Amino acid sequence: MKQILKLASRNIWRNRRRTFITAASILFAVFFAVAISSIQHGTWDHMVNSVVHYHFGYIQIHKNGYWDDQIIDNVFDPSEVVSRESNYNGISQMVPRIESFALASYGTSTKGSLVLGIDPDREAHLTQPDTRVAEGQYLKKEDKGALIAGGLAAYLNIGVGDTLVLISQGYHGINSAGKFPVRGLVELASPDLNKQLVYIGLEQAKWFYGTEGQVTTIVADIEDPGELSGIVSSLRADLDTAQYEVMDYKEMMPDLIKAREVDTAGSQIILMILYFIIGFGIFGTILMMLKEREYEFGILKAIGMKTGKLSLMVWLETIFLGVIGCVAGILFSLPLVYYFYKNPIELTGKMAEAYEKFGVQALLPASMEPSIFLNQAVVIFLMITVLSVYPIFKLAKLKPVDAMRA
Amino acid sequence: MNKETVIKIRDVEKTYNETKVPVHALRGISLEIDKGEFTAIVGPSGCGKTTLLNIIGGLDRPTSGQIEVNHQDISQLSDNQLIDFRKEHIGFVFQSYNLIPVLTAKENVEFVMLLQKRDTELRNKRTRELMAAVGLEDKMQSRPAELSGGQQQRVAVARALAPKPSFILADEPTANLDSTSTNNLLDIMARLNQEEEMTFVFSTHDQRVIDRARRIITLEDGKVLKDEWV
Repeated sequence: MKQILKLASRNIWRNRRRTFITAASILFAVFFAVAISSIQHGTWDHMVNSVVHYHFGYIQIHKNGYWDDQIIDNVFDPSEVVSRESNYNGISQMVPRIESFALASYGTSTKGSLVLGIDPDREAHLTQPDTRVAEGQYLKKEDKGALIAGGLAAYLNIGVGDTLVLISQGYHGINSAGKFPVRGLVELASPDLNKQLVYIGLEQAKWFYGTEGQVTTIVADIEDPGELSGIVSSLRADLDTAQYEVMDYKEMMPDLIKAREVDTAGSQIILMILYFIIGFGIFGTILMMLKEREYEFGILKAIGMKTGKLSLMVWLETIFLGVIGCVAGILFSLPLVYYFYKNPIELTGKMAEAYEKFGVQALLPASMEPSIFLNQAVVIFLMITVLSVYPIFKLAKLKPVDAMRA
Repeated sequence: MNKETVIKIRDVEKTYNETKVPVHALRGISLEIDKGEFTAIVGPSGCGKTTLLNIIGGLDRPTSGQIEVNHQDISQLSDNQLIDFRKEHIGFVFQSYNLIPVLTAKENVEFVMLLQKRDTELRNKRTRELMAAVGLEDKMQSRPAELSGGQQQRVAVARALAPKPSFILADEPTANLDSTSTNNLLDIMARLNQEEEMTFVFSTHDQRVIDRARRIITLEDGKVLKDEWV
């Protein structure tokens, strides 16, 4: 094996120009593939993370039927679920919420708003609204005030210390009205949420909507997003699904996930075309090399080298070419990817509006996810392995006497 | 004294059907070659010299007839078995040297021994001995491109001898060499023939080789025309 490795590694430098051209074509393919994949992954991860970390969380538990009919009558007693939070591996805490709508009013201005009744301490660990307070202060436990998103505050022309009036329809049709002193203003990256969100304390929300201690939502705060599907399964197995619905973020944002899938499929096609072209380049190199060295292969077989070893040598030569091109491509792409990871592209105009429709900032950050780089190496490796079938077949059929006569 | 027969050929025929008209390269050749012979197969171009050498070396198969090398009928072996057989029993010297260009002279000589999985100590010892025998002990680390044609052919002889084969088949070994290199090469081969009792079978047009051979087999139109001892 050592001898085969030595032969293969030396053989690739026999025709330096051809090695350089082939490796360069792989380099460019990997460079573009990494750049495209990195921006795409980064952008979608940014979108999903924005929505998940700003509002939804990875898993929500509701009264069965709430998601299709999000009214304040679909509430449930959270105590049973919250009391079991330590029973589930991977869930760090259960965060109860009341989510509903109300008219927010100040002075002569009124606007529809999303009211989020939160446990300030638990929510601080989940969506971290405390870190987004731009003015004033975060809610305290049992606080009777409100936090208002910056966009809504600007619309209502309301500031810290003013009193916000909320009017809505509560549990079982009761009239809900309340006055909430503004404790602080929060700036949310999601433009959609920034125009309409009002945080009030959970107990205040229960009182305001008259839910008699019930909530609309429990968000399960998970430690490792990679364990998501397992945790969802164990929750569904443990909870009475006739009473509760357990949903992950993909089920809660099907449009976003669908859009990601469509976009990913589109770029996969572009990458496939790119690799197809490169594959032909590599195949051309293999064909030239086979023809050029037919006599030599005949000699090697004549003096006692078996087809398996000969094939292994040719395969290794092609793999070395792939490794050189792949590593160079990754090294060339790293500075670009790192730059856009640190300095995301900011979209403007209609493109920006399209992103804001999903409630996320119009940014295109690159991703530094190692799998993006690793995947290119795997694709090149598989492609070369498939392409090597041809020389293996040719070498198996090669007769030394014919090869030496050629 | 009874000599051991290393090559026995019985009624070997070889017909190429690659063209519309079949080409009869060998027509019923029968021969025996004993250990320690220094034999030249001669004849005009197209008489079947190379075909006969290829068939003896297991590089080609006869259309009919029987080839025994070291008492084994090699016409019955599969392609892979033939590769193993060649590796263990036959040394080849080709017209255009055919060293592996990316390996040094030493590595070229070692190559078949590596395929035979011989241990490092034995390989090194044998390589040094053979490189000395062909007068190239100072060129061990040279690549083929750094050697003259004559030096490359001497390395090729050392490579052919390295696995201690039963005999060496040399197809026009001096065709590309000048007079000095040819004489050097023939001296080396003759010495190895005498000292190691190594059997050499050449195909050649070269009168200088024919002059040194002790047995001359002349082919014409695929048949043995003359088989004479000198």
